[in-house]
Amino acid sequence: MRPFTFEQAPDLTQASRLGRHTGQGQTDAGVQFLAGGTTLIDLMKLDVLRPKLLVDLASLKAAANPVEVNSKGLRLSAFATMSAVADDASVASQYPLITQSLQLAASPQIRNMATLGGNVLQKTRCPYYRDPSWKACNKRNPGSGCAAIHGFNRNHAVLGVDQSCIAQYPGDFGIALIALDAELELHGPLGLRRMPFSSLHASTADRPHIETTLLGGEIITAFHIPAGPWTSRSLYLKVRDRASYEFAISSAAVALDMDGDAVRSIRIGLGGMAYRPWRSNDAENLLIGKPLTEANATAAAAAALAGAQTHGYNDYKPELARRTLVRALLEAKLLPMPSAGV
Amino acid sequence: MPPPITRRELLAGGAAFAVVSADPVAAKTAPASSEAAPAAVPVDLKVNGKTHRLRLDARITVLDALREHLHMTGSKKGCDQGQCGACTILIGGRRVLSCLTLAVTVQRKEIQTIEGLAVSGELHPMQQAFIDQDGFQCGYCTPGQIMSAIACVREGHAQTDADIREYMSGNLCRCAAYPKIVAAIKQARAKMVGA
Repeated sequence: MRPFTFEQAPDLTQASRLGRHTGQGQTDAGVQFLAGGTTLIDLMKLDVLRPKLLVDLASLKAAANPVEVNSKGLRLSAFATMSAVADDASVASQYPLITQSLQLAASPQIRNMATLGGNVLQKTRCPYYRDPSWKACNKRNPGSGCAAIHGFNRNHAVLGVDQSCIAQYPGDFGIALIALDAELELHGPLGLRRMPFSSLHASTADRPHIETTLLGGEIITAFHIPAGPWTSRSLYLKVRDRASYEFAISSAAVALDMDGDAVRSIRIGLGGMAYRPWRSNDAENLLIGKPLTEANATAAAAAALAGAQTHGYNDYKPELARRTLVRALLEAKLLPMPSAGV
Repeated sequence: MPPPITRRELLAGGAAFAVVSADPVAAKTAPASSEAAPAAVPVDLKVNGKTHRLRLDARITVLDALREHLHMTGSKKGCDQGQCGACTILIGGRRVLSCLTLAVTVQRKEIQTIEGLAVSGELHPMQQAFIDQDGFQCGYCTPGQIMSAIACVREGHAQTDADIREYMSGNLCRCAAYPKIVAAIKQARAKMVGA
């Protein structure tokens, strides 16, 4: 690990000022915020991230209230640990999709360390990104090419990719957030502002070294998830190479509101499949107003993967994603209706 | 007969040789440029109830501070990348990975390691259970398994065998002693919570 200067930020304003050169997720950013450290310290050991200055956000963690629920929705502190929110009973009963996306991620130790803000900013697990001895990586070295396109790309993305990068967004919680129309609360050079979570990650892979739309020094302080009849009838289905402690090779987030036999409203996110947290409006639109039959679910899943591009080892992914989504949709249908008055 | 030399003493004595020889680990982790290492910063670590005043490079993890600076080698370095769980310790009562935690970030917090479990020579119920149930083969992952298992029981995540397997998934055992580890946790759970 390369030497760095370590600073503890006493408050948000100071943290933002010290972090004004954090950039937009560029690997060569000279400053990094330290929260849980489970991505950052790992990638610093691997010599992928080489910050000159580390700004510790620990003092902000201590002041944060992890979970606030009211009739308008849910507010999660970005400084809350994954385990604090995964263990929260009110989240589990009213937003099971969020609880499941956290419980099925990482290990108990990592969930005790990692914060929600850091979780949504975690870096890809692309082995060519994580190993600097590979020269070709447009995410690490802009303009150097992509070693994964003709390499071992079994768990690389098939949606939202282009010829410059096929790295996969590895997170689970971000898939729940994009399905549930979450908003970010940000503190930074513009003061306090709100932004849709769907705008956080760069929308295409054409400039893969630019990962987020955050401003330099901007810090995610909270996630707001609006309430709705679909939040309690929701689930996260994750398919992995082993039963636990593994990234998704495919996942689906589904939140459903039914009007009798017909779908009134549905929200669908796909994980383990795309360059960024992926929302499938195409699949949603096909289901609205229709009964949630296997045939309709299958048609929706086909629409969700219509634009998939594969590169050899990941040829299996679109079919796995379709089956994952069909199963998730049919399981969501079997979940109990939200009780009246909730 | 000369006093027996322990493995630990032999390795410590051998360290001087390792410094002059080409140390592949040092070569791999050293900065590529001629950048000077930053000045050491004062770090107070409270380990098993005792505060140690150290001066450390900010890059030093809790795991390296324990092993290399406090000579508490119970916590093991497996992958050093947060993937295997061999370095699991408790900080503030919660299980975490000491290999991904910088020492400067945990000052004055309560750190518990495998060395602090036994009281007056009597093993913690979890340590005794791993011995009774034969919950290891080579033993390298065992300190991390035991620290993680204690937290698992305290969290209430050791109710069923399936629960134990899920909530112990962050601790890998390449000898695959998993069934015996589950048995050990069930034995210790009965003593720890009287269940």
